[in-house]
Amino acid sequence: MCLAIPVQVKEVLPDNMAKVTLDGVSKIVSTALIDDVRPGDYLLLHVGYALAKIDPEEAERTLALIREAAAMGDAA
Amino acid sequence: MKYIDEYRDGRLAKDIARQIAALADPARSYHFMEFCGGHTHAISRYGLEDLLPANVRMIHGPGCPVCVLPIGRIDAAIALAMRPEITLCTYGDLMRVPGSNGSSLLKAKAAGADIRMVYSTLDALRIAEAELEREAVFFAIGFETTTPPTALALKAAIAKGLGNFSIFCNHVLTPAAIQNILESPDVRKLGTIKIDGFVGPAHVSTVIGTEPYEFFAGEFQKPVVVAGFEPLDVIQAILMLVRQVNDGRHEVENQYIRAVTALGNEKAQAEVANFFELRESFEWRGLGEVPYGALRLRPQYVAYDAETRFSMVTPAAKDNPACECGAILRGVKKPADCKLFGTVCTPDTPMGSCMVSSEGACAAHWTYGRFREKARQVDVGRAVA
Repeated sequence: MCLAIPVQVKEVLPDNMAKVTLDGVSKIVSTALIDDVRPGDYLLLHVGYALAKIDPEEAERTLALIREAAAMGDAA
Repeated sequence: MKYIDEYRDGRLAKDIARQIAALADPARSYHFMEFCGGHTHAISRYGLEDLLPANVRMIHGPGCPVCVLPIGRIDAAIALAMRPEITLCTYGDLMRVPGSNGSSLLKAKAAGADIRMVYSTLDALRIAEAELEREAVFFAIGFETTTPPTALALKAAIAKGLGNFSIFCNHVLTPAAIQNILESPDVRKLGTIKIDGFVGPAHVSTVIGTEPYEFFAGEFQKPVVVAGFEPLDVIQAILMLVRQVNDGRHEVENQYIRAVTALGNEKAQAEVANFFELRESFEWRGLGEVPYGALRLRPQYVAYDAETRFSMVTPAAKDNPACECGAILRGVKKPADCKLFGTVCTPDTPMGSCMVSSEGACAAHWTYGRFREKARQVDVGRAVA
């Protein structure tokens, strides 16, 4: 129910709407809850509304931390 | 798929699990509750429990809004939908949730009620606009993720002057439920569960932020790690929880930094606050009356409140007495402990709510877990032989 999926903004449309894609599947969604949406941004989409932007730098940082923890486990 | 596949790397998950095993103190046990159905689903689907050492256990909490909706609310929605002037718009998850006496919205639809499955509140608005002679009621359900879309639909309906759109509000709140699990007197009746920490919700937290959990960390001295829904997110969060327990810390940590901030989505919070206020009490299936655990429309929007507008009544309705959803939602029992599990109760013929939603503990165990359990039993049998 509370699942949201990451989608990429292809086109910003009038009235706080945007055209987004997930693996080539396009959809028109509401971006009324998000400020400053630009083409190329990744958004978390839930029941037709974007809830949050995905921060690419923080995503990289999380992956780095996961790899670091995994490397420690590998050595364990 | 970007931001999905890279968090599903099985090799990395195994390495992190080894790190957890190395850190987990063999002299003690660790019990962590994942509150959110999305986590329950990920844990079952990717077999994360099998990767964890025996003394690190996950308890599946009540974090599925469909599962915690009491049967009386379904009965009330069905009664409303049977009225000839009503078009009831609902998310698909609710269609098969059992009401009293084997009823459901799906059966009501088959019997002629005008019930439409919608993907978004935007669809419900479109239906209201296209059929002005009918009354479109949106059956609103969900935690903090799903409330802002309802608020925006109401805002749009008011702006468009749509007089035939209203909301049957069943929105519930996460922090109240976590508190209820920790301190409700019912816990004594059902038995107590040991909880050493919480995996905090992913998408709920994109809206409310990590700050609301500070209270639990402080007041109940339980660590909370907000985590994403992919398997690597969950297992990393478990590692973070084990570290906190080992260090004697009880802090709120954020694993899901790519989407969650401390304050959350303030725009969404403001929209919700404009249209909704707290209910003093609301019944949750399995948890009983939860104080301040749900929302209702503010009095100035009473014209859009289906409960008032159509004088809806919520009948007192009891779950099937053999159904263990209540204890399962609290983490006191496991799906396989229920006599109905896998016999009369399956995802095709759900008796209780935990089997209806794919995020429910029973549905997740039916779909993924039971095969693993069987395989484990066979392995143990071989070892003994």
